[in-house]
Amino acid sequence: MKNLTRSSGAVFKTYIVLVFFLALKAAGNSSMAWGMKQVPERMAMNPALYLRAMLNPFVALGIAALILALLTRMALLSLADLSFVLPVTALGYVVAVVIGKAALGEAVTVQRWLGTALIFAGAILVGSTSRNTTPIESRAALEDPK
Amino acid sequence: MKWTLVAAIVIATVLGDLLQSHEMKRAGEQSVSARGFARLLHVIAKRRLLILGIACNAVSFFAFMALVQTEPLSFAVPASSASFVLETLLAKFVLHERIGPRRAVGALAVLAGVVLLGG
Repeated sequence: MKNLTRSSGAVFKTYIVLVFFLALKAAGNSSMAWGMKQVPERMAMNPALYLRAMLNPFVALGIAALILALLTRMALLSLADLSFVLPVTALGYVVAVVIGKAALGEAVTVQRWLGTALIFAGAILVGSTSRNTTPIESRAALEDPK
Repeated sequence: MKWTLVAAIVIATVLGDLLQSHEMKRAGEQSVSARGFARLLHVIAKRRLLILGIACNAVSFFAFMALVQTEPLSFAVPASSASFVLETLLAKFVLHERIGPRRAVGALAVLAGVVLLGG
């Protein structure tokens, strides 16, 4: 019984961490894209230009959000399989299309809506599978001694 | 040149994700509170393979940036989504994850969606 409550709590936590990751990624990308439009120089193979771009507050904020997103994705990988995380985090593409359409007024073709719908359906399907299928024994064997 | 970049992106993404998944399975369940992030940084500092995984992420990020400077996104996104197939196969055979029919069909739908989105 105790195990049951714990595991359903962890399932819920997995979805919370997923939503947090998608929000950070969308906010980080948007902020960085917005900031980069204000940076006059074209980026090339010159690292100094990248450092200059980071002085833009939107770029800096975007990078901070993307670093947090990376850490959040690692937390997600501690909770769920890689073959679970990959399809469900592809929901980020759906978020990007919706933000592009709603906030930036970008035109979305039929083909792109179809792709978005397929990603959404696939992610829901994968999201309904057991999040962690690594056998208990091999997990225990992986556990660091200490 | 463009296929060299695609290969670099795919290899770095696959290697980075496999390393991170492998290491995070061992590290135990993490959380995303302020304390959770602090603990996660501690985990990263202790695990060299995890740092290597993050370095792979950085390589794939910059290779992708270089690719989209010369190629359209409609080429870059579907081409680099090849990593998705490789990673799912390696998750099964290297990480021993069980991929049932529902997860396999869902992953294929997502892959098809990504290709359509880019095309």
